[in-house]
Amino acid sequence: MPGKLKVKIVAGRHLPVMDRASDLTDAFVEVKFGNTTFKTDVYLKSLNPQWNSEWFKFEVDDEDLQDEPLQITVLDHDTYSANDAIGKVYIDIDPLLYSEAATVISGWFPIYDTIHGIRGEINVVVKVDLFNDLNRFRQSSCGVKFFCTTSIPKCYRAVVIHGFVEELVVNEDPEYQWIDRIRTPRASNEARQRLISLMSGTGSGSAGKEGGPLKALLRQQTQSALEQRGGSPHRFCRRREFPFLTLTAFPPGLLVHVGGVVSARSVKLLDRIHNPAFVGIMGNTRSYKLLDWNSFNSDEPETRDAWWAEIRQEIKSHAKALGCHAVVGYSESTSICEEVCILSASGTAAVLNPRFLQEGTVEGSLEQRIEENLPVGCGFCHIPYDELNMPFPAHLTYCYNCRKQKVPDVLFTTIDLPTDAVVVGKGCLIQARLCRLKKKAQAEANATAISNLLPFMEYEVHTQLMNKLKLKGMNALFGLRIQITVGENMLMGLASATGVYLAALPTPGGIQIAGKTPNDGSYEQHISHMQKKINDTIAKNKELYEINPPEVSEEIIGSPIPEPRQRSRLLRSQSESSDEVTELDLSHGKKDAFVLEIDDADAMEDVHSLLTDVPPPSGFYSCNTEIMPGINNWTSEIQMFTSVRVVRLSSLNLTNQALNKNFNGLCENLLKSLYFKLRSMTPCCLCHVNFTVSLPEDELIQVTVTAVAITFDKNQALQTTKAHAEKSLQRASADNEEMLQFPLELCSDSLPSHAFPAAKEHLESASSNSGTPAAQRATSVDYSSFADRCSSWIELIKLKAQTIRRGSIKTTVTVEKASPMGDGNFRNRSAPPCASSTVGVVKMTPLSFIPGAKITKYLGIINMFFIRETTSLREEGGVSGFLHAFIAEVFAMVRAHVAALGGNAVVSYIMKQCVFMENPSKNQAQCLINVSGDAVVFVRESDLEVMSAQQPAVNCQPSCTGEVTT
Amino acid sequence: MTSELDIFVGNTTLIDEDVYRLWLDGYSVNDAVALRVRSGILEQTGATAGVLQSDTMDHYRTFHMLERLLHAPPKLLHQLIFQIPPSRQALLIERYYTFDEAFVREVLGKKLSKGTKKDLDDISTKTGITLKSCRRQFDNFKRVFKVVEEMRGSLVDNIQQHFLLSDRLARDYAAIVFFANNRFETGKKKLQYLSFGDFAFCAELMIQNWTLGAVGEAPTDPDSQMDDMDVDLDKEFLQDLKELKVLVADKDLLDLHKSLVCTVLRGKLSVFSEMETNFKNLSRGLVNVAAKLTHNKDVRDLFVDLVEKFVEPCRSDHWPLSDVRLFLTQYSVSVHSLDGFRHQVLWDRYMGTLRGCLLRLYHD
Repeated sequence: MPGKLKVKIVAGRHLPVMDRASDLTDAFVEVKFGNTTFKTDVYLKSLNPQWNSEWFKFEVDDEDLQDEPLQITVLDHDTYSANDAIGKVYIDIDPLLYSEAATVISGWFPIYDTIHGIRGEINVVVKVDLFNDLNRFRQSSCGVKFFCTTSIPKCYRAVVIHGFVEELVVNEDPEYQWIDRIRTPRASNEARQRLISLMSGTGSGSAGKEGGPLKALLRQQTQSALEQRGGSPHRFCRRREFPFLTLTAFPPGLLVHVGGVVSARSVKLLDRIHNPAFVGIMGNTRSYKLLDWNSFNSDEPETRDAWWAEIRQEIKSHAKALGCHAVVGYSESTSICEEVCILSASGTAAVLNPRFLQEGTVEGSLEQRIEENLPVGCGFCHIPYDELNMPFPAHLTYCYNCRKQKVPDVLFTTIDLPTDAVVVGKGCLIQARLCRLKKKAQAEANATAISNLLPFMEYEVHTQLMNKLKLKGMNALFGLRIQITVGENMLMGLASATGVYLAALPTPGGIQIAGKTPNDGSYEQHISHMQKKINDTIAKNKELYEINPPEVSEEIIGSPIPEPRQRSRLLRSQSESSDEVTELDLSHGKKDAFVLEIDDADAMEDVHSLLTDVPPPSGFYSCNTEIMPGINNWTSEIQMFTSVRVVRLSSLNLTNQALNKNFNGLCENLLKSLYFKLRSMTPCCLCHVNFTVSLPEDELIQVTVTAVAITFDKNQALQTTKAHAEKSLQRASADNEEMLQFPLELCSDSLPSHAFPAAKEHLESASSNSGTPAAQRATSVDYSSFADRCSSWIELIKLKAQTIRRGSIKTTVTVEKASPMGDGNFRNRSAPPCASSTVGVVKMTPLSFIPGAKITKYLGIINMFFIRETTSLREEGGVSGFLHAFIAEVFAMVRAHVAALGGNAVVSYIMKQCVFMENPSKNQAQCLINVSGDAVVFVRESDLEVMSAQQPAVNCQPSCTGEVTT
Repeated sequence: MTSELDIFVGNTTLIDEDVYRLWLDGYSVNDAVALRVRSGILEQTGATAGVLQSDTMDHYRTFHMLERLLHAPPKLLHQLIFQIPPSRQALLIERYYTFDEAFVREVLGKKLSKGTKKDLDDISTKTGITLKSCRRQFDNFKRVFKVVEEMRGSLVDNIQQHFLLSDRLARDYAAIVFFANNRFETGKKKLQYLSFGDFAFCAELMIQNWTLGAVGEAPTDPDSQMDDMDVDLDKEFLQDLKELKVLVADKDLLDLHKSLVCTVLRGKLSVFSEMETNFKNLSRGLVNVAAKLTHNKDVRDLFVDLVEKFVEPCRSDHWPLSDVRLFLTQYSVSVHSLDGFRHQVLWDRYMGTLRGCLLRLYHD
């Protein structure tokens, strides 16, 4: 489907002074697309030139349209010497290719230079005429829509779920090509920006094509995932049989059961990344680590693809073991240090409703599991696996909501809280933070060291999460994201999740502290003191998060299981010899307790660190999911922000403990700073709090946080708080008493039945369960394939494959447009801002929605890469000044592009990369940022009412319904 | 563990008014943190000193980046880098251009040149305003002066248009520009009792009545407003003022004037006898001030002369303000009844403004 791209350069403003003599500039513009270049006239002696050019027309194929950005360069004309570049604008014209998105891109774009930053603005108009394609079955991905959001966009409805679309592209980083030794930093930066942007273009182009003829008919689809790493001429696409969905929120009815978190990690060695070329470059601020995702240039993409296939296979088997046929909330990530690379994947095993899946090869056995009349709000908690063949030791109880099905005592997931879930009280952000020192090593030795450390880290992260969850008095985690980062001499683990109290799950028990040293008076005293502190904290947290589940009398719980207390006592005595561990019903009620044994300094540290987490100040809540469980009365004020911190560790005598303390302090301080900065917005909630940790150099830790603060209505919230607070006070005291009634006997009794009693036992059970001793596994690393697998806790599962129904399901996602608001209505509203007007407000949010407003149109995906470099770091205010200005510029450029598309907000905004390098002694720094999001038009709900009153027929506009073939 | 880098960037730029004030007042980050700690913010919010330090640094960095734009406020409105709600933009601009009374009194009427800038050190020590803040205020004066100096049209409008200031502040700047351009002496010891507001009031009256702009406005059609100039005094008018000398030089005219004033005011002034004895001196003083205005040097001393020749004598006789008002009104009106005097229009233009100024200047 060839088309014609038309570009008009209107004017410039606020240009920099390029001619010192006259304090003015003789500017002209080069417009380049593909291999064609046009130039405007030179506008002499002005900082606000009015070119008002003719329409430059490019005749191109639609593949180029999708792959290539339009490149606009502003230059200063020099009669005698070479023309000086002022800066560039890259415009992605993809949004113009969908019939119902933007029709024109028009507006002021910041002119960006990789050395000087933003230097004035340019007004550009871009249009595309697509010739109608006669052969609709031609392999064209034109018109396939890409979204950043991980839920189904609001104005669309999922018709069929297609499955996971992936595309892996590898390319050489131009930074390390031989030519980089001779060209200027600016040229090199621009080459990289262009290449990365081009790569992401080809990635989406070919990934769209994968959908094939189906999409040509249906016109639109959402891909459930798009994986891009690096780029090369090789394209390697494949549809997965097993449904991997990156969605984290689902249309009602799709999600049936949730099994739990499944994850897999693998340590690989990258081949020959050291090009001789960049030895010469090491001198300046750059180093090979800068472009992590495509620095493995010499590997064939096939190899890389096989690595991921392996990992996905593993995830698949974990999910099978949990009796699930799908993995949702799926994500993949890499962490690279030198030539060692950790590939991680995680998701949530789930059972999906087959009615949504195309070509449903679903067998009867599966159907049985899906009751037609699922109890509202608790169905997803019910275990999908067979309770007789439990994949891992867990405590099952009857659901506290419907009392018909079994539920686990805790639930960990990577997805958002389902909208129909019944939650008690409010949720909160829970983080586990961990550092482990590692010896500096090369290649294989390094890979072994990392592989050996990983299982311990995973285990400790999990324990920390569990402890903190209990300490909050909650029983489920949503949006769990575990990030393991590898550095030269340490590994860092950061897990973030949102804890909630699910009404369907049993009340969590408290935390019991048990000492190992007997007959020591002062020690005992110390222990009891600690115990009291912990109990107080739990009580305080319950009050803070308003966790006061309806009182359930023993009889009601007991009704399906007669005399639960007696029965469990009975079974307990048998359980030592019995195989039916799963029948043990210890976990329900408040009887069970999570036991922490303090037998060494490490454990003491753990307990201390548990108690050092300070709750957010009053008026603040935080979570890393889309919405905060328990808060519904959002008001419209939002503030999206990015905060970056880099700390230097003192290199002397670093111990694991000191490191942990530092890292913990760093994260806690960062959160405290955020609360302080946003104090004027209270009451508010920090949503979608996204921490990213990287280790750019030996003793440097970089933490990047992006989140959005949303205000909510205080009055409504207060009323409930008061009522709850009183109740919870009473309850808290009751809880304490009850806990004290079952103290020591329980801790000894419940030990064997707990999943994670203590590290040693856990590992033993792990090795016996999987049949591969952990130590052995570590030593039997096969370096030729770098196939050392690191175990996640879910890997400790006994693999009982009979729980899985045979056959996997081929799925397709397709989307039908169901936008109630006509397009025409908003065309005039979203008219490009005229030159004289002040800048229109563009909202940005990492969420998929805007509180108090309705998204009426998706204009297209925004995916931008920027590199900024400076050789005058001090003059720009040091590293903080440099990065502060750069991030502000990135925001500005995103906003300008959205405004030019006619939009007024970016949703699902994410900063995918923020790689910062510095060399203060040389006064240099460099930073690379990749951001993306969905440009949208939104209308305030209050405005919407007015509009629909004026135009009652607005809902009946038949916009694109004719195109739907399903 | 030391923090190498610590930043916070919001989609909407966060502006903390308190920190902005501290920054404008020229405090260093450390001083600002100390002052904030003293304000009790830590207790209110439960934050730590480290958090406060980081927050203050962040705001200072933002303000530093905004400063370049604040130098040309319309740029702040059109720039894309910082998304700031219009009300906040207005606040940023207004506060940035707000000046200290103590500072402006030191600089008012001085040439806004490098030489004066060198004296800022002394001004800073004298007023207790930080040198940084003094520099900002001085640079603001100078910047506004440079932009509107050669411009045609209403001074206040020009300032408002190019610096987006509130009406009040734009008027103040008009006064500062006007004083700087005419170099009125305001620093003499005798004038120390006067506030900036007093001078600004006089400046406004003078701009309205004594400049080129003042004549252009009234008689001709609105189109010719393009030709008016508010910064310079109307030279022709100053020349003409010599003609008023006849009021004191002509003995008969002076006596007639005095008797006219005395007839009307008899019994109405508490200080009637003092007025009667001093009339000739006062009248001579006021008319001589007018006659001398042809010389630049005497223009500069206008306020010194007014205080010396009128304010001080009246004050030493303890005239109440109401009596000064009555006297000045009658003094100017009575001239209309002097048959031999032909410069009524000129007299009104001079005396109307002077009367307003004197009333404002007459206080302790």
